[in-house]
Amino acid sequence: MIRVCTVIDLPPGEAVRILARVPIAVFNADGELYAIDDTCSHQDASLADGWLEGCWVECPLHASSFDLRTGLPNGLPAKRPVRTYPVVVVDDVVYVNTEAQQDVA
Amino acid sequence: MRTIAVIGASLAGLRSAEALRAQGFDGRLVVVGDEPHAPYDRPPLSKDFLLGTVDRESLALSDPDALAALDADWRLGVRADRLDTTTREVHLSDGSTLTADGVVIATGGAPRTVPGALALRTLDDAVALRAALTGGTERLVVIGAGFIGAEVASTARKLGLDVTVVEVLPIPLGRVLGPEIGAVCGELHLDHGVALRCGVGVNEVSAAGVVLTDGDVLPADLVVAGVGAHPATDWLAGSGVAVGNGVLCDQGGVTNVPGVVAVGDVARWSGQRHEHWTSAAEQASVAVRNLLAGTTAEVHDRPGYFWSDQYGVRIQFVGETHLYDEVRYVDGTPEDRKFAAVYLRDDVVVGVVAMNNARHFTRLRRQLGAAPLSTPAP
Repeated sequence: MIRVCTVIDLPPGEAVRILARVPIAVFNADGELYAIDDTCSHQDASLADGWLEGCWVECPLHASSFDLRTGLPNGLPAKRPVRTYPVVVVDDVVYVNTEAQQDVA
Repeated sequence: MRTIAVIGASLAGLRSAEALRAQGFDGRLVVVGDEPHAPYDRPPLSKDFLLGTVDRESLALSDPDALAALDADWRLGVRADRLDTTTREVHLSDGSTLTADGVVIATGGAPRTVPGALALRTLDDAVALRAALTGGTERLVVIGAGFIGAEVASTARKLGLDVTVVEVLPIPLGRVLGPEIGAVCGELHLDHGVALRCGVGVNEVSAAGVVLTDGDVLPADLVVAGVGAHPATDWLAGSGVAVGNGVLCDQGGVTNVPGVVAVGDVARWSGQRHEHWTSAAEQASVAVRNLLAGTTAEVHDRPGYFWSDQYGVRIQFVGETHLYDEVRYVDGTPEDRKFAAVYLRDDVVVGVVAMNNARHFTRLRRQLGAAPLSTPAP
């Protein structure tokens, strides 16, 4: 488990990037917290910098969107999913369980 | 339609083939490409591929399974020489003829060349250029400070070469990004020890080096020209397809000849050629829809977007910079090489540019066309 930040530091619509073995982006999508690989599966870009809309984040470089719940892209140019990770909140602190990565494809 | 020929097997051609199948075309699909390679991604050719940090396999635009699923007849290493729109025949360089009810023109562009200088457009060009850059070359002169020239200069510098860039315009990229931001791009060269000569042309490339119009000679072991590309329309001569700095199309990629559409760098949609990766990809699905519909059922009106990676800086731009009256910095400063700015016309956002600031760029691009300007959330 990696400590991300306090709940207050991750308000709705925001994202933070943490460095685990690989960079991970943690999002607050309208109150729900999600963690996915930060690096777009298509080309080098940080998804934490992307545009968050509902449960989707749009890559800032080429506009493929990823479903925060599954890591699946909605279409080209990205073809491969990104990994997702469980997020837990304990005593108002956000943690990501990087050991329990959830491969979807 | 029973047979559709896609002429061109790069990004625009591949995306067209994919769109045809995705939109339900189940007839015969033929893709003609003059290069021998399966569709590959060109942007890395001047960056990571030239540097040697990615291999050619990673350039593939599609994987073998997905390509096979398109159920297309791939004619690679074959050029389209002529289109006869009365018989609906495409004459190929291997002597064969292809008859198709529908044609997607996606032949891209051919680089303008300077005698004595290498150009960079294709994978083979990149392989040759990489060999030249890493083969003991010490002094490189790049003609043209556009995106390709700047990226080649950046990569060569990283490989340890002594690099000079020559640009005929007074400010690099001034026409694309405007003088303010163009000047910042010019400074990137200087930041990294690359010499930049602006406002001077090239007379010739000689054994001594690059001879400039002011009489100076820049000594060079290797010269690369990045001076733009012209649309590959020669093969359409006499076809009846209207051409003028590209294949003339409406806003949906539809040409003056029924059953013929054009996409990507070769296509001039409503008077404009968008020689950008994203445009090529986006236009494909629109043009294919119109080809299958037999009329302009859909138009493409998304603003032009491009990016460039040079000297460790990612530049992103969307919109257009004609007739803007102000550049306003929204976050960061040009001195930091990390900023986001908007181009305003009458206080309406007509363009967005960023250096190393994808976060603000992503948010600001949603304000295109909006007025009055509001400040994005931090």
